[in-house]
Formats: sequence, structure tokens, C-alpha cells
Amino acid sequence: MTRPVPPALVHGRRLPNAWDAAAIALVFALLIGVAHVAQGTLTPLARMQSGQIHLNPAWLPGYALRTTLRMFAALLVSLGFTFTVATLAAKSRRAAIIVIPILDILQSIPILGFISFTVLFFLHLFPGQELGAELAVVFVIFTSQAWNMAFSFYQSLTTEPADLIEACRSFGLTPWQRFWRLDVPFAVPGLVWNTMLSMSGGWFFVVASEAITVGNTTFTLPGIGSYVAVALQHRDFAAIVYALLAMLVVILLYDQLLFRPLVAWSGKFRFETVPSAGEAEPWVLRLLRRTFLLRAAGDWLSDQFAHVVRLRLGRAERTFASAGRDRAASRIGDAAFYAVVIIAAGIASAQVVAFCARTMHWSDLARCIVLAFYTLARVIAALAISCLVWVPVGVWVGFRPWATRLVQPAAQFLAAFPANLVFPVVVAGVVYFRLAPDIWLTPLMILGTQWYILFNVVAGAAALPGDLREAAANFRLRGLLRWRRLIIPGILPYFVTGALTATGAAWNASIVAEVASWGHTTLVARGLGAYIAQATVAGDTSRIVLGVAVMAAFVLGFNRLVWRPLYAYASRRTNFG
Amino acid sequence: MDQQTAPGILLDVRNCRQSYPKEANSELIVLDDVNVTLREGEIVGLLGRSGSGKSTLLRIIAGLLRPTRGDVSWKGAPVSGPVRGVAMVFQSFALFPWLTVQENVELGLEAQGVARREREERAEEAIDLIGLGGYDGAYPKELSGGMRQRVGLARALVTHPDLLLMDEPFSALDVLTAETLRTDLIDLWSEHKLPVKSILIVTHNIEEAVLMCDRILVFSSDPGRVAHELRVPFPHPRNRLDPAFRKMVDDIYAVMTRRKSPADLKAEAARPATGFATPLHPIGTNLMSGLMETLAAPPYDGRADLPALASVLQYEADELLPLGETLQLLRFAELEDGDIRLTEQGRNFVNADTEERKQIFAAAALANVKLVAEIRQVIDERWNHRASAVRFRDELEDHMSPERAEETLRTAISWGRYAEIYSYDEEAQQFSLEDIEEE
Repeated sequence: MTRPVPPALVHGRRLPNAWDAAAIALVFALLIGVAHVAQGTLTPLARMQSGQIHLNPAWLPGYALRTTLRMFAALLVSLGFTFTVATLAAKSRRAAIIVIPILDILQSIPILGFISFTVLFFLHLFPGQELGAELAVVFVIFTSQAWNMAFSFYQSLTTEPADLIEACRSFGLTPWQRFWRLDVPFAVPGLVWNTMLSMSGGWFFVVASEAITVGNTTFTLPGIGSYVAVALQHRDFAAIVYALLAMLVVILLYDQLLFRPLVAWSGKFRFETVPSAGEAEPWVLRLLRRTFLLRAAGDWLSDQFAHVVRLRLGRAERTFASAGRDRAASRIGDAAFYAVVIIAAGIASAQVVAFCARTMHWSDLARCIVLAFYTLARVIAALAISCLVWVPVGVWVGFRPWATRLVQPAAQFLAAFPANLVFPVVVAGVVYFRLAPDIWLTPLMILGTQWYILFNVVAGAAALPGDLREAAANFRLRGLLRWRRLIIPGILPYFVTGALTATGAAWNASIVAEVASWGHTTLVARGLGAYIAQATVAGDTSRIVLGVAVMAAFVLGFNRLVWRPLYAYASRRTNFG
Repeated sequence: MDQQTAPGILLDVRNCRQSYPKEANSELIVLDDVNVTLREGEIVGLLGRSGSGKSTLLRIIAGLLRPTRGDVSWKGAPVSGPVRGVAMVFQSFALFPWLTVQENVELGLEAQGVARREREERAEEAIDLIGLGGYDGAYPKELSGGMRQRVGLARALVTHPDLLLMDEPFSALDVLTAETLRTDLIDLWSEHKLPVKSILIVTHNIEEAVLMCDRILVFSSDPGRVAHELRVPFPHPRNRLDPAFRKMVDDIYAVMTRRKSPADLKAEAARPATGFATPLHPIGTNLMSGLMETLAAPPYDGRADLPALASVLQYEADELLPLGETLQLLRFAELEDGDIRLTEQGRNFVNADTEERKQIFAAAALANVKLVAEIRQVIDERWNHRASAVRFRDELEDHMSPERAEETLRTAISWGRYAEIYSYDEEAQQFSLEDIEEE
């Protein structure tokens, strides 16, 4: 089976171009704008230190439910964003020029650094209401989910098979019909996969964003995240264990009830001409398909859906796809559009420059970059260690189908588990044994994301053609030679996919991993994550913006200079046939 | 233009030209001055080699593509987009893998907003007509290729089109399956069971065209033109072994392999010199050796009739002709009137051992293929004896489509490697003289 490739690897360019610059300016001007509005509203909102959180485990199911509902609300918003923005980018050449770099930048920005501002921004929109806080959290999760989903959808839209497009045109499907008959179904496998990644990442953010401290103000919303935050303040170890168990149950339910069936169902939309070897049907799907009542309900729903899908909204394309379009008109349009983008980017960069000049000095930047290298070293070390552990394990598992069947779902499950819930346990250990935080806080960054490496390596090893393994055995390839000639080249594209996801998330996690507290003891490791976290606590807008910008630059640079070339090389080399 | 339409004329293509703009004011001409008229009650074949623009013409007729110049009219009215009343069957089937057979068939009716009951009835009718009864709920990937193309056919027929367009409908199928589908289709047509008035088939298979069509338009390539028009006088069902049938197939082979007329050659000379930009067919050296050895051996002894050779080797015209032309380009063989004849050079090649063959091939490639000669020359001129492939690709793309340019460059790379004229580094996209022994 072909595996979906993360968008960050596909988007072909390596060197930034003018549109990237415009995108960067626009994104940062927007962030600064949000931060600015948010900061002005700190004082009047101080009253709204809402909700008492009860540490009694009886409250946990309720909290878990609220946390889950936030996740799904955000997911719906992300889907809406995906369907509209990605479609716009795919159908309009002009929109694509600026939308795509913006998405690329946004998916590299550490959202965690901006949680406080987005929360304040929304509280400002709905002053004094809990709704504002709820929307804020949903928005935070949305910003952690939407970009790669939109990217994946865009990618699908631009790689639709030409013959199906022609079939749609020649049968005269309206744009609405085509969207549901071709665009969405073709995108489903990639979209489901990316939604899964997004959701996995989302748990991390929902937990982190429910209890936010900016300056002297703490906002808490009832949920598992704030439950853990309160437990942490009270050094209540039992409560933390309860929360972990609750989360475990939630993730298990969501995995079994929603995602396994969804992934199995999405196999139907895989664009292939031969049926793939039957994977086991998840029990929920089996239940849905075999239970009479549920099936009747399902049929009725899909009938209604099909009815909506068939509506002839919009007018069918009754014109040629012209090889050379009406040039004069499109040139004027182009000129106008580019002018607007350039002016907007100009204004945005002026804003950014003015903001920086007002509040920052070059030494701040230098300091940030030095700190970023500390964090980089930490990310690389964490990555290296987890590779040393998980690559051999993954290969061993991937070569054994029975082990693959056991390990694969477990690894995917662990990837979804919000690792920040486990942090307190580790931190307590570091405090208790008086270990050096600079070193011992490092594993936290990769704690939740190492599973991506594991399950991608397993998939890669499992996909290695059997005849190649037999040939290697036949020629008695052993030990190092076997790794160099067979295994490493064979799993490389999969490994890069996993490592990219793991490092991206590790950068993000550094913001919560480099500063950790247990009761009144706070451990700080030197690094950019700690810098951003401390600036957040201090409510220092300019330092947050600077820190986030430097981190985004590092993530982007790492992706483009390391992962993307490596992936291109690997997939060229291992293209069987 | 006069508005009156002769009775029964469905489609009229006048002076149609399709070209793509290239850099430096040049353009790539795919179709040139094509005229086609389709009447009710006939099956017409567009026969030509791949790259002769016949599929492009089909898309212009379907209203999917705007011709650069010329007029297309459908029942007297100018065509300006996908035409209702024209349905298409695709070479690749173009079935939606996530829709069942029934849903695929209903697609065109959904687009027309046909009510559910009528839609289901008509789909059922089409499915039964085309022999798919019982497969309604199956997904395309559960079906064999032949069954899939039946779905494609049913999906086109269910809209009751006046004109059925078929783009190489059987070329993705194995020989026996293709034959079954052809006869089934012709039977339905002869019994007037097909809800269509006329059929247009694009094909590169000469026998298929003679078997099915009432009229055949033979296309020439580069640029695509209607070179010949033939009527097929035989009644259905036709017998492939009938001498008259064979004669017609042979004649068409002769037409398709005929040397260019003096007028064509003059026109070619008048065109600006394209240097090395002659498209190369992606033919491997093993295939060339194999054909030359076959030709040299009995019973051919250096000369063979192409249709006969093709059927012995189980090739189609589309596959054998480029091979023959490549041998002709390298002066290993000559094509004339449907025959292929090995030259002295070709015999030498066959009689040589592995190393000598490489040398003979190198000499032939350097002398006759300008692209290969130029690559070698550029490498020789450079101080580091390296040359980037990018510049050759760019130059080729000025004269042909990017796909053709890539194919041509790939072929030049493979020939050069075989003959040890130069080597090529895929990662760096560079030609060099590494590993080339200089004698």
C-alpha cells in the first residue's frame, strides 16, 4: 500500500523564494496584531479566573468528556477550513501562490508559544463569558490541526487523475457534484491519515491550553488538562495517576470507536485498481455493518448524504479547458492580485520591523539564536537516542507479521497519548534524585513523538519486498553489510517521514518540556523553549514573538535542509520498479 | 459559413489545428488542418500511431479541449464545451473506485438531474444490455479489466448519447478479452440495440479498425493530419482470415510505413533547422538486436512483411513501427511499402560479437543521431568532461512536449551508455566520460 507522505516533505522547493518572504511577513504581522490586542485586555479580564477544579476522581469523567468535546469541535472547524481554503488554493492559481507558503509557514510555527495570546484574544472577543475561553481553546487546537489537513487536501486536489477529471467534465457534473464525487473521495485516505496525526497532536495542545497562566492571571477551564495542572500545584500524585488512567480510557475509546473504523473505511477510497490484501475489519465497523438496526440507520444516513451530494448546485462547466487562456484579461488580473499581495506584505513587514525596533535589540536575537542551538542539540540528541532504540526494534517487528499486527496499533495509540500528562511523573523523579535538568528534561521532548519513528519504521520494514530479503539471505548478507545494503535504504523514506513528524513535534514540546514544575520546585533547562515559556509567564509580547520566529525558522530550516533532500534522495533510490 | 446542415450529419470538424505555444515564438503543432465529418449510422475509426494527435482530436470533438484554430459544430451548432449527446469511453476506464458499478453507471444521469426511479431503471437497463447483470453492487477493483471496460461502456450508454466516443477502448485489455468485447459491441450495434447513432473509435490497432469500422481515417504524425480515408466495404460479422480483409490490413500497413512524399520532404526542409531535436522512440538496444537477429535469420533472410512479422511476434502496429523507424534512423534497416529490409550495416551488427556490436552501434548513433553526437561533443569541449542534462532537456523542450523531450533524452542516455559513448550520473543529472575506455 502507498502511505501518505507528510506535506512538509512533498512541497518541492528547498530554497525560500519571494512568496515565502511575503508569507512570513504576513503571518508574523498577524501574530503580532493578535498579541497586541490580547495584551491590552489583560487587566479587565483578571476577574474571570473561572472554575474551581475538583481533584476528586468522580469529577474526572465529566472533565474528560469536556476535553473530548473541545477536540471534536476543533476537528469540525479544521475540516471546514480544509474544505474551503484548500479548495480555493487548488482552483485558483493566484490564491495558491500565497496560500501555500502561508500554510507551510504556519505548520512550522510552534503554536504552544502563542497559546496565551490566542486565549486572551478570544476572551477579549467575548468578555466575561466562559464561551470566550472555550472558543479560545478550540481555536488553539484548530491551529494545531488545520494546516497539515489543508495541505493534504490541496495535494490530493492537485494530483487527481486526469481521466477522472475528464469523465466528470464530459458527463457534465456540477462543481458541487464533482466536489463530493471526485475531490473529497480522492482525498479521503490522505485526509484521514493527516486528521489522525492532527488529532494525536491535538490532545497535547488541549491538555496544555486548558490551564493558562499569563502574567499574574490564571485561566482554567474544566477538563483533564486543568485537572492535572491543579494536581501538580498540590503535589497530588494520586490525582495525576487518575488523570492518566482517564486519558488512557478516552484515547482508547476514541481510537477504537472512531479512528480504527475510519481508517478501515477510508481504504475504500484508496486509488488502486487491485484489491489489497484484506486487513482485519475493526469490530466497530463490523458491528455497524452486521447489526440490522445500525445498518438500517447507516443506510438511511448515507441515503440522505447521497441526496445532498447529488444536488445540482452551481453550473456544470460548459466551456473548454483551454490550453492557452484569455491572456490579456488574466494578465491584468494577475497584476492587480500581485499588487495587492505585495502591498499587504509590505505593510506587514513594516509593522513587523516597527514592532521589533520598538521593543528589541540585536542582542536579543543573538541570545535567541544561541538558545535555539541548545534546543537544537537537545532535539538531535533525543532523536538520535530514540532512533538507536526504535529503529532496530521497528525493523525486528516489521519483519515479523505477527509482531507487526501487535505493535503497530499500540505505537499509533501511544502517539496519540498526550505526553505532557506524564511530564509530572518524570519531573518528580528529576527533583527527587536531584538530576541535572539540562540533561534530564531532554527526554520529555521526544516522549510523545518517538512513536512516530517506531510505527513508520515498522511499516517500512514490513513493506520491504520479500524477494529482496530472500536475495540478501541467499548471498549471506550479514550484520552491518545487511543494514547498509538492504535495511537502511529500504526503510529510509518511511524513517524520514517518521523522524520529520517526531522532530517537528519535539520542537513544539520543548516549550513545555524545558520548564517543568513539581509543586513549588521549578526546573529550567537552557534553551529556546524555556525562553518562550518564561516570556509567556512574564507576559512579554516581544520576546514571545522573537522566540517563536526563531524557532519557526529553525524548524523550517531543518525541514528544508535536512528532511526534504533526504526524503527526495531516499524515494528516488528506493523506487522499486 | 452556410448554416444548412445535410441531413444525418452529427459532427463537423473544419480546418482544425491544435498547437501549444513554445518559447521563442515557435509552437508545437499537434494537429494540422484536420477535417472530419460524422454522419448517423456509421462507425468511424481514427487510426494512427501514438503521438499522432488522434486522442487530442477526440477531446476536441468531445468539447473537452478548445482547438487553437478551426470550427467544430455539433448538429449544426458550434461547440463551445462538453457536448450533451456525446459520451466517452476511456482507455483507462476512468471508473470511480469508490463508487459501485451501479453508482458509476448512474453518474451521467445524476449530472443531468434525472429522478431516482428513472435513474435506477435506466442504469439497470444499461447494465443488463452490456452483460453486467449481477455485478451492480461490486466495486471496480473487484472486477477484471474486461468487466471494468463494460462498466465504462454502460456508463456512457446510459445517457443515450447520439455519439459514442471511444479512446483506445480495448488497448489496456488482453487479446482474448479485447476480442470478446469487440464482437459483443459489434453484435449489439448490428442488431440496433445500442442507444447511439454513431460511434467514433480512436485506435492504433489496424486489425481492430478494419474489424469494426465502416470508415477509417489514417493519421500521419508530427504534425497529425488525416493522411488517408478508407471505406471498409465488408458486412458484419467480419472474418479476419478473409483474403480481402488481409489485403486491406496490408494496404493500411503500407500507407503507414510509406516514405514521406517529396512535397512533405520539401516542407520539412523549409522548416527552421531543429538541430538535434528529432524525437527518439524509447526503444532499448536489446529489442533492436532481437529484431535484427530475427530478420537476418530464416525464413526472413533480411526482408519481412511487417503485418506478418507483427502477428508472428504478437506485436501491434504501434509497437513494431517505431522499432522499424528506429532501425531506419540508425541505418540498420529500411522501411518500404509495408516491408522491412536489413541493410549491410544491420547484417554486420548481427554477425558481430558483443564488443564489436557496441562499436558498430556507437558509430551508427554518432553518425545518425544528432542528439547523441552533440552530447558527446559538448562533453569533449568541456575542461572537466562533464555536461549537465538540464540544458539538453531544455533545448529539446523548445521543440517538443516535455514528455516527449524526457523520453527522447532518456533514450539518448540509454543508447549512449550501451555504446559507451558517454556515461550518465542520475543523481547529478550529468553526462561524463567516467568508466568510458578510450582506445
